Amino acid sequence: MANVLINAPKTAKRGAIVEIKALILHPMETGFRPGTMGKMIPRNIIEHFTATWNGAEIFRMEMSPAIAANPFVSFFAVATESGTIGFRWTGDEGFLVEEQVAIAVE
Amino acid sequence: MTGLRLAIGLAIVFAASLALAQGGADKRRSGYRDMGEALQKMQDDPTANPGMLFVQLGGQLWTKKAGTADKSCADCHGSAGTSMKGVAARYPAIPKGADAPVDLEGRIELCRTENQKAERLAPESRELLALAAYVAYQSHGLPIAPPADPRLAAFRDRGAEIYRMRQGQLNLSCAICHDDNAGKKLAGVTIPEAHPTGYPIYRLEWQTLGSLKRRLRNCLVGIRAEAWTYDAPEYVALELFLMDRAKGMTLESPAVRP
Repeated sequence: MANVLINAPKTAKRGAIVEIKALILHPMETGFRPGTMGKMIPRNIIEHFTATWNGAEIFRMEMSPAIAANPFVSFFAVATESGTIGFRWTGDEGFLVEEQVAIAVE
Repeated sequence: MTGLRLAIGLAIVFAASLALAQGGADKRRSGYRDMGEALQKMQDDPTANPGMLFVQLGGQLWTKKAGTADKSCADCHGSAGTSMKGVAARYPAIPKGADAPVDLEGRIELCRTENQKAERLAPESRELLALAAYVAYQSHGLPIAPPADPRLAAFRDRGAEIYRMRQGQLNLSCAICHDDNAGKKLAGVTIPEAHPTGYPIYRLEWQTLGSLKRRLRNCLVGIRAEAWTYDAPEYVALELFLMDRAKGMTLESPAVRP
């Protein structure tokens, strides 16, 4: 069960700059916190986020333990052709979430 | 000339009546109004409000079967959009066959143990908060409407008593901050009027969703009092009193707060 909220326009004019926003649910454990027994809680963060437009990478981000839980990412892209925008989050403990939205460029 | 004078006179009368009307209007402030514009926008945009992630998760849990009864919430309640509308606006309430009130989370736990024959969910667990957020979201935008059940009065009075009771090493009551000094600053932060309009809330400080109980525990620790255990009736009594105090205010769940 992936819990992702994506805000991208469904249609755009060719050459227009569009804003794409993505929000994901994730526990985000820094790895610097001791648990109740005094033992460190192992790090569990999202390490990489990439966005693709029809398979071509348009945005990439590397995250560190200082990032907010449930990271909210907003970025811009130039609308060139109709197709799908792909989102991919990978992180500790084999975390992998992929999501797609369609966009029509006219 | 007389026409103009009359027009000015009418304008003054109109302005005065408008001011009167506003003077009589609701002066209670939701914490929403004390937040910065950026946070207000974050709360209002369902794709930027992190609380909506939990609402989404709650929607998935709503149709998931649980317990030895192998029933999901939807098997009994159907679509939450119709069956759960207004529910969060009237809780805490006394469930059928019981004699003490429970809050929304407590009601969900009752459903789990009695109807689904499942394990209780841990307090503040992601699943419990997600279900509570999903149910509360069905009342988003509705006015808070506590039930008229006369049996609640005694519990509400107990809540009012706790609200005004001094406790902790700092010897403060809820009322000292949230009634007498609301709107003033405490360590650079505006003291809110403590209206529970948006629970469960996504607090940026917590970096997650939290219940009203967690918020109350926060305050108790703040005044260096000993927080009651999660299943203590004191919380429900306080919640009853606070919801009655916020009667008619708009439910914002899931709200975002700094």
